[in-house]
Parts: sequence; C-alpha cells; structure tokens
Amino acid sequence: MSEANGIERIAEAFESSARESRAALMPYLMGGFPDLARSQEIGAACIEGGADVIELGLPFSDPLADGPVIHAAGTAALRAGATFAGVLEIAAALAPRIPVIVMAYANSLFVRGVGAAAGALAEAGACGLIVPDLPHEEAGELRGACDARGLALVPLVAPTTPAERLAEIGAHARGFLYTVSVTGTTGERERPADALVEVIARARSSTAVPVAVGFGIGSPAAAADAARAGADGVIVGSRLVRAATDAQAQGASEAAVVRALVRELRAALDVAGAATPVVPR
Amino acid sequence: MSAVEHRFGPYGGQYVPETLMPALEQLEQAWTAACADAGFQAELRDLLEHYVGRPTALYHAARLSGLAGHPVYLKREDLLHTGAHKINNAVGQALLARRMGKTRVIAETGAGQHGVAAATACALLDLRCVVYMGTEDMRRQRPNVDRMGLLGAEVVGVEAGARTLKEAVSEAIRDWVANVEDTHYIIGSAVGPAPYPAIVRDLQRVIGDEAREQVLAAAGRLPARVIACVGGGSNAIGLFAGFLDDAEVELIGVEAAGEGIASGRHGAPLSVGGPPGVLHGALEAVMQDGEGQIVEAHSISAGLDYPGSGPQHAHLRDSGRARYEAVEDTDALAAFARLSRLEGIIPALEPAHAIAWVLAHPGSELDLVCLSGRGDKDLAEALALLDDTL
Repeated sequence: MSEANGIERIAEAFESSARESRAALMPYLMGGFPDLARSQEIGAACIEGGADVIELGLPFSDPLADGPVIHAAGTAALRAGATFAGVLEIAAALAPRIPVIVMAYANSLFVRGVGAAAGALAEAGACGLIVPDLPHEEAGELRGACDARGLALVPLVAPTTPAERLAEIGAHARGFLYTVSVTGTTGERERPADALVEVIARARSSTAVPVAVGFGIGSPAAAADAARAGADGVIVGSRLVRAATDAQAQGASEAAVVRALVRELRAALDVAGAATPVVPR
Repeated sequence: MSAVEHRFGPYGGQYVPETLMPALEQLEQAWTAACADAGFQAELRDLLEHYVGRPTALYHAARLSGLAGHPVYLKREDLLHTGAHKINNAVGQALLARRMGKTRVIAETGAGQHGVAAATACALLDLRCVVYMGTEDMRRQRPNVDRMGLLGAEVVGVEAGARTLKEAVSEAIRDWVANVEDTHYIIGSAVGPAPYPAIVRDLQRVIGDEAREQVLAAAGRLPARVIACVGGGSNAIGLFAGFLDDAEVELIGVEAAGEGIASGRHGAPLSVGGPPGVLHGALEAVMQDGEGQIVEAHSISAGLDYPGSGPQHAHLRDSGRARYEAVEDTDALAAFARLSRLEGIIPALEPAHAIAWVLAHPGSELDLVCLSGRGDKDLAEALALLDDTL
C-alpha cells in the first residue's frame, strides 16, 4: 500500500475512473447486515463486481435521512449485534483493497467524542466519513478532527440547497460533493434524467472536488443516466441493500446477488462513458 | 445574528439532513416576521380567546391542598378546546404555515392530543393534515384517532421500533424531507432542530404569563414551586417561561419513571442525567446506550413515552434554574384516581405525574401545577390498570 491518506486515496479513485472515461461506481452497504461476517462478504462482492469506492453504513436507531429499505437493514444489523467497533473491523478488512467511506449519524460519533471517533476511523483505514444529519453549520469541529487525520468529511447538498449556501458547502467539501438527486430520503425512484443535468451542473459549479450523485439511483439505467448527466461518481444504496435483503429472505447468498448487480451497474457505467471526459481537478 | 435561539448553553442546534436546512431558515424568518407583525399577533390572540378558550382558569384546589398540606393551584389547560395545552402551539404554527404559503401540514402525536390539536387547527384554517402516530399509541388512544379522522386529518400508523412517539417523530421528519416545498411540520413539543424549541416555547409561554398574573391576583404572592410534567417538555417550558426571572420561584419538571429508573423502563433522561445526545435534530438529554443508539422509553402515559426532551430543559437543569425528578407509573395512576375523587377533575395521565410529585413532596408554601390536559383519552387504559391494582 502507498502512504496516501484517505483524502488522497479517494482522489486517486476518481482520477482512475476518469482516466477510463467513466463515472466511479460507489456502492453502499449496511455494515453488520445481515451480520458482520456476511456484511464483509457483501463488501468484498462489491469490490469483485467493479466498485471504485465503498460506502459502509454504520447502523443507527433513528436514521432520519434513510428510507424504509436502509432503515430496516439498519434495524436488523443492530438486532444482530452490530457495533461501531464491529463495523470498523469490516472497514479494516476492505480498506487495503478499496477506499472505504463510512456513513454514520452524528450521535454515533458524538457519543465517543468526534476526535476519538475520527481517530478510530483513520486507524481502521477508512478514507472518509459522511454524516447525513450534520449540516454545514454543525460540521466544523468534526471536519477539523477529520482533516487532522487525512480523512475526508464529505458534505451533502440537496436540490433545495440555495446557491449561496451551495457555494459555502462546496468550498469546504473534502473527497467529493455528495449530491442528493431528489428531495427526500434514500430509496429507489423513477426520475427524469434531464433534471439531473441541472442538479449536477449546479453542484459542479460550487466545488473543486468530484461530484457524486446519490439517493434514488435504482437501476443500471439510472446509474448510466446519472453518469451521462455529468456525475463523476454514482452512489447506489437502497437497490443493493434491497437485493441483499431479498437474498437473505430467500436463503440465497447475499454476496452473490450483490456481486451480480454491482457488475451490471459497472457495465452500465462502462458503456455510458463520461459526459465530462476530463480528469477531475 | 439571529433573534431566535439556536442553542441553550451547549444544547439544541440543527442536526438534520441538508434538504431541510432551507426550510428551517424560512421558518425562522417567517416566525421573526410574524412576531413583529401586529396583524398576525392580533389574529392569534383573537383565536386563542374566542376559539381556543383563553385565558384558562387558575383554580385553587382546596381538597387537594388539604391532602398536600399546603395551597395548590392548578392551571387549567385541560379546559381548552381539544382538551390540552397542545392547541396553543398548533393554532400558532398553523397560522404560520398559512403565512408561509404552505398548503399541507404534517404532525406527529403520542397521546393523540397534539394530533387532535393539529387536525383541529388545520380544519379551522383549511389546510391538509397528515398525522403520524405509532400503532401502539393508536391502540392506547383510540378516541383521539377517531377524532382526528372526523376532523379530516389522515392518520398514518407507524410500525417501526416500539411503535410510539419517537418513531412517529422520525417518520414525520422523513415526510418533511420529501415534501418540504409545500409542507409545514407542526412539531408538537419544544424539541427538534432550531428554531422549533424556541417557537414552541414562545407559543406556550401564554400558560406561564397568565398563571403568574393570576396567582398574584388570587394569592397575592408568587408560588414557592411551579411544577409541570415533562415529556418533550412543552407545557413545562411554557409555564416556566413566565417565572424564569423570578429567582425565588422553584421550577420543577416531572418526568416519567415508568416501571422505575432502575428498571431502565422509563422516560426520564433529564432526571437520570447521562451524557447528552442527538435525537430528532437537537443535542439534548436523551436515553441512549454506550453506542449512541437511542433506547426506547416507557411510560404509562403516551405523552411522556419519549426518550428525549427539549434542549432548553437540559440547560435549565445544568444551570440549576430548574430541577427534574421522576414519578413512577403506579404513583401517577394513583394520583389520576385521587384528583378525580378529590376535585372532580379527571386529569390526563401526563399531568397526573405532576400531581403525584406534589403529594409526595409536602412542605411548600404554595404550589402551582400545570394541569396540561384532561383524562378522557386515558380512561380505557387507566381503568383497566386500576382494576388490576386496586
């Protein structure tokens, strides 16, 4: 492994997919779902299927930004005994192979203190952190703690974010700008592809880091649409978590089902190419 | 600089998805403008007087006083339209929703009192209303579910978790994230992200302002102790607000001890005093485990069955201005029956906790208790339990 820190590893991942003239594929999995061991297998399956970056969810009791699929998986993970330390073990296992970004709610970090939480994440080899209930106004202390350890605190912007605020958030973004494609919680949705063009263009004009789109991307076609609309990265969460949930219910291998779906997503991105065939700044 | 508090000491803040931040900003601006708008204030005052039924009586409860051994005055919020203090806030926020041009209102409810109040205010102002309610609470509070339906609101059952208030709030916030452009969220207690705790307090402080004037007129003095139950804490913060500057008046918030603090099955985060945490958008006193997972509360009363509490309460506790204690289910139930027999007033199970605290703590010169709501909604549940215990 190189000595690159988390922020640098994320940048490398985007540069590498841009060199291949495609958007980065960024699958999300719920840490500890259905249990720690199988969740780690799902993560490995994402890598084998062609992921560029992995988002690893830390389950929380009251996930306000999540729709029913991810909420239910988080509840199941907690029931199966998932903990911060357990999810970091998964991060540590996957991190040598791929940049891992942990998605955690604020209270899971505050309960340890943000310095200790950021330290533990860096120690486990995580490259970044997404906190969906920590808006810009509240993020300063955590961003400082992450910066000190080379961890990227990735901010979110929404379709409702006004221009001035977008510029402020974009200027403080680390790693990439997580661009929420819909006004709502996580979950698969039908959405006209042309509306994405504006959302992505708006986000790009506000920041120097790559723009990744998430929330609502429910199919290979939708992932390809997002890439064609100009996204540097495409985040797919609920669709994959639903696949794992369905596989579990049917007694099938979650990892095999997820691997196949990630391959399809990757193939769609390979074909879609990049709308902005330049290496991100 | 904001005129509306975002923090109370270290507590409060805005821990919500980015999608909601512009709506919170809009709400704060609308509220600041409404506070300065004589027309808005006049309309609110008029509705509170002629529709809601203010001012409410301050009643010297003579037989209760006899049992307690000192004078006890009850602030009769149970006499309000819809039967609880919740309507003060619901009418004010529904007016605000209309002012912001929102056509749809969402609300959460535990005991059903806030849901009924929101449904009522929306019927009055011709706003669409959707109320989120845990299915366990729907079972416990059936009459209020029927009332909301009759008032034209849609009641959406929430199946997650313990199927009570915490999950109802979460689901309402998720709805708001998805529908923020045409929807206002009328939160029912002094909780949630800024500016909600300040707005709800300001709409409920009419309780304390009236009570202060009334007790001076009736008793010629300020109370020694002012007592209110605390779930999220809106009736308590509204009452306390009238007395905050009176240093000689002791402020006491009574939480639900449920089956006993030691059992872990309670709703008393302020009394227990663990590390603060983030719930529903604010840093506040919460019930959580070592992993930062919010744990389920328990109380006989649906309105106190909540693992969080308003951020200003945590600050009042830390600064020593107010103190918080907890009363168990059985004592609240006994006080429920006792007040009914002594005074001919059937209290809601929530303020029955405050009554129980007063009876357990004699030696005051004068107590003022917020009787935040009436007990009709609790009859089925309470009578079944009283049959078991008596």
